[in-house]
Amino acid sequence: MNSATDTVATVFHEEYGRAVSVVLRTTQDLGLAEEAVQEAFAVAAERWPSEGVPERPGGWIITTARRRAVDRFRREAARGGKEAEAALLRQSDDAPDVFGDDRLKLLFVCCHPALALQARIALALKVLGGLTTAQIASAFLVSESTVAQRISRAKAKIRDSRIPYRVPSGGELPARLAAVLAVVYLIYNEGYSADLGSQAGRAGLCSEAIRLSRTVAHLLPDEPECEGLLALMLLSESRLAARSGRRGALIPLAEQDRSLWDADLISEGLSLVRRCLRRGQLGPYQLQAAIQAVHSTAPSAASTDWHRILGLYDALTQLAPGPVVELNRAVALAEVDGPAVALAVVDHLELDNYHVFHAVRADLLRRLGRADEAAEEYADAARLAPSAGERAFLQARIRALGMS
Amino acid sequence: MTQYLIAMYQPDGIVPPPEVLGPIMQRLEEFNADLEAADALVFGNGLTDAALATVLRHNGTDVVVTDGPYVEGKEHLGGFEIIDVPDLDAALAWAGRLAEITGLPIEVRAFADVRGAVERG
Repeated sequence: MNSATDTVATVFHEEYGRAVSVVLRTTQDLGLAEEAVQEAFAVAAERWPSEGVPERPGGWIITTARRRAVDRFRREAARGGKEAEAALLRQSDDAPDVFGDDRLKLLFVCCHPALALQARIALALKVLGGLTTAQIASAFLVSESTVAQRISRAKAKIRDSRIPYRVPSGGELPARLAAVLAVVYLIYNEGYSADLGSQAGRAGLCSEAIRLSRTVAHLLPDEPECEGLLALMLLSESRLAARSGRRGALIPLAEQDRSLWDADLISEGLSLVRRCLRRGQLGPYQLQAAIQAVHSTAPSAASTDWHRILGLYDALTQLAPGPVVELNRAVALAEVDGPAVALAVVDHLELDNYHVFHAVRADLLRRLGRADEAAEEYADAARLAPSAGERAFLQARIRALGMS
Repeated sequence: MTQYLIAMYQPDGIVPPPEVLGPIMQRLEEFNADLEAADALVFGNGLTDAALATVLRHNGTDVVVTDGPYVEGKEHLGGFEIIDVPDLDAALAWAGRLAEITGLPIEVRAFADVRGAVERG
């Protein structure tokens, strides 16, 4: 009995997005599609424990949900509902979700630039990730009603402003795809800083982002940036066990115990990097993944190929210029040309509110023997750092300065 | 098909010099011609100065007329287009062109017409 109930929960998490996207073809309305799928899961929760789990649970859910939606339209059409009649006419379109096209359309709708960013994130996690409103709320440290409101407002906008369910084509695709990948990466980064804060309830976000990213990469095999983002996240995730020490304090890359890195994630990440780079359509995520790949293949921090990393940052600066990229490039520059050269670059950046800017500056000053200035910068960084793990690390650096 | 309002907001009292305004007006005419050619234009026009607006309120017994725009501010609705297109993406494409031509913030809103819900697909 318990195992059937667990199965319902697992199938919900795994199949919810696919089911909604397929039923959406019948309902043409996201709210109605979700209702139908939720009803189907309610039936499953009631029947599976006694009747057994069907052979293809996901297919069962879709069939049941679609039947519910059609029944509802029949009832409404009998009462003269014009929309319901139109929906029944559309019904003949019964092809299964062979190419995942339905999910892709749904993903592009959830990440439409006309929706507020927070709403895109919540919608993607709920509709495609199969997370509950309560799970999303605890992941982003906001109230459940806030999440529910964001989602229902977004759904109303999709419906009333007629945001189309389609995969953008041609010239539109690059910008729209970038918006989708940005949402996925934001979810990952939110989970990453939660991990550093030892907030276990939020840690699921990283695996959600990776799962979404796998779906996107699978559905858009001709877009190497999708694989680039997946590789970037896998390589970052491979260091999860190595990047925090006692009481969750951050351990920087150079000081990590590389034997703790996850070899399977690294090997998957590296083969993705190689595969997407071979296409010769470079993009920001691929370059960032390539930079991580250089770190992942270095046997020790000292043997890191910083010339190669600097070259990749040069390419990234060309492709996606911005102060944050310049800052990261300066870290590589310090290894190649020394901290003084890097500091001159960093001093020109206007990133006063970004904790990493102060942390990088502090580190360069420390290496130049300017301990007092370094301590001030570490303190600024600690004040702005979003996670407890980063704050703990920065405060330890200040203490270490005092001792030297 | 769905009808959308494309509203242009412009700063009060700032009229660009003719050498700037001329080319803009020229491109706006082309824009409108394209809208018509695509059979997407319902109606569109520029408005006279917001300071010339008249506001009416019913106070329970009479209609009171006052001079000036309803909303105080430095920017007002300067003109609009009503277009009829398949979906928001199509509307945003037209509106984006208008933003590029005028350099003004453009607001897009769908009309609350239940017809569209049946016809869309």
